[in-house]
Amino acid sequence: MSKNITIDGKTIPFEDGQTIMDAAMAADIYIPHLCHQPEFTPHGSCKLCTIKVNGRNCTACTFPAMAGQEVLSETQELIDDRKKITQMLFVEGNHFCPACEKTGNCQLQAVAYHLNMLDDHFTHFYPSREMDASHADVMIDHNRCIFCTLCVRASQQKDGKDVFAISGRGINRHLIINSESGLLKDTDLDATDQAAHICPTGAILIKRTGYQVPIGERIYDHKEIDQVSLETEHHQHGE
Amino acid sequence: MANKIRVATTSLAGCFGCHMSFLDIDERMLQLAEAVEFGRSPINDIEHCTDCDIGLIEGGVCNSENVHVLREFRKNCKILVAVGACAINGGVPALRNYIPLEECLSEAYLDGIGVENPQIPSDPELPLLLDKVRPIHEVVKIDYFLPGCPPSADVFWKFLTDLIDGREPSLPYELVHYD
Repeated sequence: MSKNITIDGKTIPFEDGQTIMDAAMAADIYIPHLCHQPEFTPHGSCKLCTIKVNGRNCTACTFPAMAGQEVLSETQELIDDRKKITQMLFVEGNHFCPACEKTGNCQLQAVAYHLNMLDDHFTHFYPSREMDASHADVMIDHNRCIFCTLCVRASQQKDGKDVFAISGRGINRHLIINSESGLLKDTDLDATDQAAHICPTGAILIKRTGYQVPIGERIYDHKEIDQVSLETEHHQHGE
Repeated sequence: MANKIRVATTSLAGCFGCHMSFLDIDERMLQLAEAVEFGRSPINDIEHCTDCDIGLIEGGVCNSENVHVLREFRKNCKILVAVGACAINGGVPALRNYIPLEECLSEAYLDGIGVENPQIPSDPELPLLLDKVRPIHEVVKIDYFLPGCPPSADVFWKFLTDLIDGREPSLPYELVHYD
């Protein structure tokens, strides 16, 4: 007999071992997320997938589905929280979309569009962060890193390498590179590694590939991230 | 001419690209002119903002004159609107925020390639630069935001016609972009 939870009043089935995010995706329900990708161990750090489970806030990507849970996701309160979280991500880094190669294909930007985020609300930090263009094929712009750790997980779990890590806490948190010099050129990262392609923002870019897709044909030009996410990530959740 | 909605516009630390995009509403400008008259704006060269219904601000705040103009707009406009990426987050001018102001000035006026008679401009008529370029919502209360670099003509049209027709302005997905 299948077990069920409800999300915003809709009854959906789940299997043992699935998180609420897994069950939602399998039922074609989008819950906003940035640090989560179905093929990697959930991290639960971006907090965009915050939902209310039986009255308590949890992250959908890490919380196991259990029979009888009543989950709220698309409430005005949670939508407002997600917008504030996204605004904080924008002011904490330096996200100048007009000058970024990732624009139009950026998940951070697409989530903001999805939430109808029209301004940054908070005071900007304008932190001083470095760029690392030392690698022949891959560049890192730390200004755009949101510390989702997808590159860390991809390098370890898919590429069998250990190129990235997160160091420091709070406002001093930053992405570090595993090499003596701290530079990307001295690691074993290849442009074909999944870690080089997994970044949801424009922090890790493949050189000489920018602006190849014209405006109007980019991923999020006409499709919202909920539709793209369900189309591309749904199957991975089903595996 | 009575009861027309008064609109003022200005460009602070911007490139006038948002104003150019506004003009891209093309022949719809005639339709707009039936409902709207312009207060201070680079379109008519009126220099001071007096009582207006809507103020459109392009650009962030990079110097003391920007702050002065922005406050004048806030004082005189019922509805103040941040127009474009620079007004909303500082935009491209804010890329100087990571370089100390002294280094910026030195590079431009003292040590830069091809500089003749090197000196930092200090005429008292010149507004003083702020140490950082700031978005306008950090200085005054802003009522609406129109993102984009620039916002398309359709964004201006949708927003202004919503307001003129007495609707709460809202932008559909296709009109919201940050680039």
